[in-house]
Amino acid sequence: MTQLALVIDLNVCVGCHACVTSCKEWNTSGAAGFMSDDNPYDRDPTGTFFNRVQTFEVGEYPDTQTVHFPKSCLHCEDPPCVPVCPTGASYKRPEDGIVLVDYDKCIGCKYCAWACPYGVREIDEHQKVMKKCTLCVDRIYDEKLPQDERKPACVQACPTNARLYGDIHDPESVVSKAIRDNGGYQLMPEWGTQPANHYLPRRKTEMRIHKDELERADNPLKIDGLLPKPGVKEPALDDVTSW
Amino acid sequence: MHPAFSVIFLTTLIGVGQGLFLALYVAEAGALFELLPAQEGGGFFAAGSALALGFLAVGLFASFFHLGHPERAWRSAAMWRTSWLSREVIVLPGFMAAVFAYGLAHYLGFGGTLMLGGLGVLLCLGLFICTGMIYACLRFLQEWATPLTVVNFILLGCASGFTFAAAFAAVAGGGVTLVFGEWAVVLALAAMCTRVAALVRNRRIKPKSSLQTAIGVKHPRIAQKAQGFMGGSFNTREFFHGRQPSVLRLVKWTFLVLAFPVPVALLLAAMALNSQPFFMLAFAVQYCGLVAERWFFFAQANHPQNLYYQAIS
Ligand code: SF4
Ligand code: SF4
Repeated sequence: MTQLALVIDLNVCVGCHACVTSCKEWNTSGAAGFMSDDNPYDRDPTGTFFNRVQTFEVGEYPDTQTVHFPKSCLHCEDPPCVPVCPTGASYKRPEDGIVLVDYDKCIGCKYCAWACPYGVREIDEHQKVMKKCTLCVDRIYDEKLPQDERKPACVQACPTNARLYGDIHDPESVVSKAIRDNGGYQLMPEWGTQPANHYLPRRKTEMRIHKDELERADNPLKIDGLLPKPGVKEPALDDVTSW
Repeated sequence: MHPAFSVIFLTTLIGVGQGLFLALYVAEAGALFELLPAQEGGGFFAAGSALALGFLAVGLFASFFHLGHPERAWRSAAMWRTSWLSREVIVLPGFMAAVFAYGLAHYLGFGGTLMLGGLGVLLCLGLFICTGMIYACLRFLQEWATPLTVVNFILLGCASGFTFAAAFAAVAGGGVTLVFGEWAVVLALAAMCTRVAALVRNRRIKPKSSLQTAIGVKHPRIAQKAQGFMGGSFNTREFFHGRQPSVLRLVKWTFLVLAFPVPVALLLAAMALNSQPFFMLAFAVQYCGLVAERWFFFAQANHPQNLYYQAIS
């Protein structure tokens, strides 16, 4: 079984929103239709987005850390949003684990949004259907794209490489390794939704240097220095040659 | 959650319709066992069923305003295996058909109304359970995820339905006014107990999710600085009631007064004075109380997604 997912590294995300704009650009131009906006350049702008970057401040001044936190559908392995949908418009693809909405079936009852604890489903106020991250399902399998572009638009856009993409069920994939090696975790594990997307925690890059690493114990110069020095009055090689 | 009036009217109106139908069936079954006076002809039941059908139809109509694509509503019968909403979508028209058949059989004087009515009662209970479970099955809406939600839907619906049935019987005659009135009082008091029990339970809820689990940072002090946009979004509109806590308290006390003690007092007075207007007033007051109750039911529910939408800029 394949479970495609994103792994988002909070340690390197700089909160630039490149993934947000890239996501919107790709998905509003797609075959599924635009993602509507209202008052984009006016007061109270609002619109449909699949991906949002939020910012949190952790700690108390002056000991604070700013955590930029991108959030989109986590493609849960046990998605609570799917069984509640009365029409079957929301479904999880068995072949790759992507959770999708069939916009032609959705009646816009919003029940699935109520059933998602993460607040990542947004109704399109003009098309009146539920929208959410598709993991760029129309990109990742597109054989007209070069191989290295067959990944979600957000992953492609991220300037710091904070977004990794792959199959978390394949232990050798880049995402599985990142989760394993860097303490990847899931959001709100208390609800048993088993989100496929993982986050990598903030971590301090510390280097521990011991004194003996600064001074090489086996430095030949030091070894020489330890040899007994002849006294000043002792005959030296020079004395011999100056005879 | 943001209380949507479409859903408020749907759930309260079909509750009245269901309770009214149950009252009619109680009258018919009671007469069979000679506990209650038998009705002359089928007019009483036919008129009552028509009224019940009216409530159900208006409730169903209101529900369409909740949908983005009402023209596709028929699709929502598809996933009855997993979705309580889908089950409700199937059971509601089924129940309406049963009520219609029941009323028609009485009107035309056919036999077998007890059987038809029995089927109606089953569908009626099924509908109550479906409606309640739509909310009770969402486990992270902790205010709703309790059997009390289903119990309250049943008792509140029955109480309002019997109050209406008492008013109806007071007008239509048939000698069951007092019985309906007494049942309405008992049901209203029972509903008050379970609704207050739910309020007490909800006051003690410890939210399972916190900002710490929401973003996965184990630090006691986390403050949101930006939610990713400056204006609103679906997430800030759908899941917040946007009122002051004082408004919530006011609505809570409004429904606690209007849905239970006032209609009970009015019902008792109406029964003592045998006064039609008092019966009607009792129903009107109770219905307003139930609208407030449903508004509060939605507003009180605190969705965990709100953790991600605490600060704007
Ligand atoms: S994150 Fe929400 S919308 Fe996405 S699969 Fe999980 S429950 Fe469903
Ligand atoms: S809004 Fe659409 S996708 Fe969501 S539960 Fe309703 S029909 Fe299903």
